[in-house]
Amino acid sequence: MIALREVTKRFGPTVALDSVSLDVPPGATHVLLGSSGSGKSTVLRLILGLAAPDAGTVVVDGTVVDAGSRDRLVARMGYVVQDGGLYPHLTAVDNVTLAADAQGWPHGRIDARVAELAGMAGLDAATLGRYPRELSGGQRQRVGLMRALMLDPPVLLLDEPLGALDPIVRAELQDQLGHLFATLAKTVVLVTHDIREAARLGRTITLMTAGRVVQHGTFADLVERPAAPFVTQFLTAQTLAAPAAPAR
Amino acid sequence: MRAFASAVALLAALLPAGVAAEGVVRVGSKSFTESYILAEVIAQVIEQVGEARAERRVGLGGTGLTQRALESGTIDVYPEYTGTLARVILKDPALLTVEALRARLEPMGLTISASLGFANTYALAVRAEQAERLGLRTVGDLARHPELRAAFSSGFLERDDGWPGLRARYGLGLARVEVMEHAVTYRAIASGQVDVMDVFSTDGQLERLRLRLLEDDRRFFPDYSAVLLARREMTERFPRTWARLREALEGRLDAARMARLNAMADLDGRSVPEVAAAFLRGGEPAAGGGRGRALLGELVALTADHLLLVLISVGAAVVLGIPMGVLAARYRRAGQVELSVIAMLQTVPALALLMFMIPLFGIGKGPALVALSLYALLPIARNTYAGMMAIEPTLLEIAWVLRLGRLRRLLRVELPATAA
Repeated sequence: MIALREVTKRFGPTVALDSVSLDVPPGATHVLLGSSGSGKSTVLRLILGLAAPDAGTVVVDGTVVDAGSRDRLVARMGYVVQDGGLYPHLTAVDNVTLAADAQGWPHGRIDARVAELAGMAGLDAATLGRYPRELSGGQRQRVGLMRALMLDPPVLLLDEPLGALDPIVRAELQDQLGHLFATLAKTVVLVTHDIREAARLGRTITLMTAGRVVQHGTFADLVERPAAPFVTQFLTAQTLAAPAAPAR
Repeated sequence: MRAFASAVALLAALLPAGVAAEGVVRVGSKSFTESYILAEVIAQVIEQVGEARAERRVGLGGTGLTQRALESGTIDVYPEYTGTLARVILKDPALLTVEALRARLEPMGLTISASLGFANTYALAVRAEQAERLGLRTVGDLARHPELRAAFSSGFLERDDGWPGLRARYGLGLARVEVMEHAVTYRAIASGQVDVMDVFSTDGQLERLRLRLLEDDRRFFPDYSAVLLARREMTERFPRTWARLREALEGRLDAARMARLNAMADLDGRSVPEVAAAFLRGGEPAAGGGRGRALLGELVALTADHLLLVLISVGAAVVLGIPMGVLAARYRRAGQVELSVIAMLQTVPALALLMFMIPLFGIGKGPALVALSLYALLPIARNTYAGMMAIEPTLLEIAWVLRLGRLRRLLRVELPATAA
């Protein structure tokens, strides 16, 4: 469904991605794991069409992402960034309904969808009436997720969605996200530097460093059959406690 | 948005339409008391005749601006002085008589009345009491009293048609001549610290301070007789009005009377319409508490005028400036050019800008609105641009991912974020 074929992307002299190939299986959650500067966010931006590769191709649903196709393809994607990326001058609910408004949805349909998403995200009407600065980090993130899901896109792209949250809220939201992704059966690509998050949410994981893919596989593959010494190094450096059970 | 739209409509309505509208005589004046009073007298006479409506466009500034307003047809008539006509407007000091001036003005489509009866010329004044005591009657008499102390305004002290020329013509040798501001000189001469000063012959202070003018018997000072200067088009279109204006004003005002009228407005705080009406009635203005109320009324009217001007011009600047700021942010290179041009406009002095605009928009609220709008443009456009440039790129990318479209992105994301 989503694939990168030997994609290279440079920013000036910096090579952000160096001949990366990648397959994201449809209907499941795929995690791009790596420390900052590994190129994982760039992969998301290339899939969205926010940036163009210098070499290689990005394919979504059998179509190469380029200037001609990206407007059409982005309609199939929801995008969530760190801390929600909400518009500060709009209330939570106005942020959520922006895209449906632009598509000319009737009010009734918008209201019904908001109610459905609010139930899913566990937010009440009072909270949705607030401005982003009046919300907690976790609430902002849930609103960001609701906004991305508003038009029910088959693909969901999340860039460090929980990166700005404190550990307890983070753990709680990880569980909720895992549950949500399983229910929705969407193709999800989630970028994180957090091994625990990768383990909990990713059916498959791509570990990246310095613009290259180190290993594809399940979390168990990474732990039990590391493709390179770096894999073990990366896993043990972060996990003070033992990693949680592999993804469901 | 609706407020902006109506502001623009109002702006359009206020812009003067150009040359003579139906049945209107536009009366202008320069911006000093005597000119205001005479213009008001003209306007009241026009209203009495009833042949045309009088429109007051007074306080236009100096000779240059007022003259241009007349030539462009923004005004139809205003009070002028023969000396100014000869020297400044026609640039021929040899033109001495009203007939000669009229003949020269004719090809320009202009005409003048006969003298109103007074001249507003430079003159020397001394205390009446001292004049009696020393037997001072003419400027020449000063030659016999070199001990007298003189204080002159800087203009008079330097101009050829002021003190240097006067001294040469009369062979004067005053011991002490100093430069002093008029406002100060009045007090100095009243208290006896100064004996001789330069004045204008219709100065309202003359009578109050008991000053006497010294006669210019050798005719050194050019004649600045007051006349009505009018577009011939107007005099032909409204012959009864023009005839009545001449009848009511020609030869009816001597210098002393004009000085008294000036004093009423300048020193007694009477409103200009009141003073003009008093002259036309041939008497003093009605005594009593009208003064405070007249001032208050004027204050309220002028404040309302001012607020309206500011409101409309800022509104227009917003309507123009925000899109300009948006365009500058969208198209960087063209934007830099655009912002530089507005910045250059900002450096044009207000007076120069108004001069440019008279041929385009005439005189009055129109050019003022245009000028104010242009001056307000830079801060609004530049701040819009700065706000647009400061928006977090992620928020714009998300707008694209959400497929908001250009207009919706601008209205719901970029502009509100710029304001926040």
